Amino acid sequence: MRYDITLVVNGIVRRVGVPARRLLSDCLRHDLGLTGTHVGCEHGVCGCCTVLLDGEPVRSCLTFAVTVDGRQITTVEGLAGPEGMSPVQRAFAECHGLQCGFCTPGFLCTATALLRQNPTPTDEEVLEGISGNLCRCTGYQNIVKSVHRAAELMAEEEGR
Amino acid sequence: MKPAPFDYYAPRDLGEALDVLAEAGEHGKVLAGGQSLIPLLNMRLAAPERLVDINRIASLEPFEVTPDGVRIGALARHSQVERSEGIAAVQPLLRQALRLVAHPVIRNRGTVVGSLVHADPAAELPAVLALLGGSVRLARAGGVRDVPAGEFFTGPLESALEPGELAVSAHFPRLPERTGSSFVEVARRHGDYALAGVAAVVTVDDDLRVSEARVVCVGVGPVPLTADVSGWCERRPASTVDWAAVARAVQDRTEPEADIHATAEYRRHLVGVLAVRALTEAARHAL
Repeated sequence: MRYDITLVVNGIVRRVGVPARRLLSDCLRHDLGLTGTHVGCEHGVCGCCTVLLDGEPVRSCLTFAVTVDGRQITTVEGLAGPEGMSPVQRAFAECHGLQCGFCTPGFLCTATALLRQNPTPTDEEVLEGISGNLCRCTGYQNIVKSVHRAAELMAEEEGR
Repeated sequence: MKPAPFDYYAPRDLGEALDVLAEAGEHGKVLAGGQSLIPLLNMRLAAPERLVDINRIASLEPFEVTPDGVRIGALARHSQVERSEGIAAVQPLLRQALRLVAHPVIRNRGTVVGSLVHADPAAELPAVLALLGGSVRLARAGGVRDVPAGEFFTGPLESALEPGELAVSAHFPRLPERTGSSFVEVARRHGDYALAGVAAVVTVDDDLRVSEARVVCVGVGPVPLTADVSGWCERRPASTVDWAAVARAVQDRTEPEADIHATAEYRRHLVGVLAVRALTEAARHAL
């Protein structure tokens, strides 16, 4: 049995037929070809597959595509704007917030939502915010720096 | 594709959901937030034939502060309950516990009622419900029943929920006057299930002497273990209670088991240390 669902992915309406057991992560990657969302552990521990569901970060490997029929999804491919990379993406590049890059899509989505909710997080709030994302390269120091730097970049852009 | 195939139902109202569950019987499983169920499906530790996705049933979403406590609907997410100032004012233990549940991103999807039904003996929310003496409301086609926490948790990952039933809400009683609460735990990593944890509720009288003290322990038995330790406090002011003796009484009630993460002896040790921390912090909040 296939279900015809509609997802608004990165602002574009996408119609797709999926079996009920299709995970949102696999739907994005296999059905829609959006391979920016990475799949690590597939049981909710690593955070690589984090995407934004109506703006809130969720694990796409712990969500069925059919459950979120009709909702807005933002993946790492949708973070950049028409003028180029988002402040969070630029901050990660500037601060060397990624090494192998596998965990990066999850960190970028998580940090984007974190800074929307709390534009000036403390060190502790950053740590709590990204605590559900693992980096096997253990590059956490620079990831934390990147999130703070992204907060600065966003504040500068606000002020402009 | 990781989960085994299942028949999928996405009812729009409660009656329809109950009809599907009644027909499915023991082959039916309810999907709410999915943060415990979907990992089990992905690893094929569970393979229900029929999955009833309740995420479209709007009537299960709300939570409300009532005169005697807080009633939380089956679709209220951890993050919504954690952020609610209204709930924190009436029952602060919920926010204290929720901050220890997994990670913020998991809490955006996971539900309070789902966590109760999952009934993990190391989980925080079943312990909160047990400590406060709350209840879970179970609906089935043609009937509703409220099951007190003491009867709801029947074993590790086992509850009183029967095939054909849906947990529609849970009730957490309000914290009485002059009462403080606390939840502390030790986990290998922040956000993991705890090796051991203790929540406490302490009430003081008009002379600021401890009149009532209760604790619940997680991770050290098949279900959340509650203990009334009021007698051990001997109605003294909190600063002169022999908390170490109280903690030993709590330790004696536990039956920890060893696993890859910790020995039984270490878990027993943790319960003692955590009981002192939880009780003294709760007593401080009671003043």
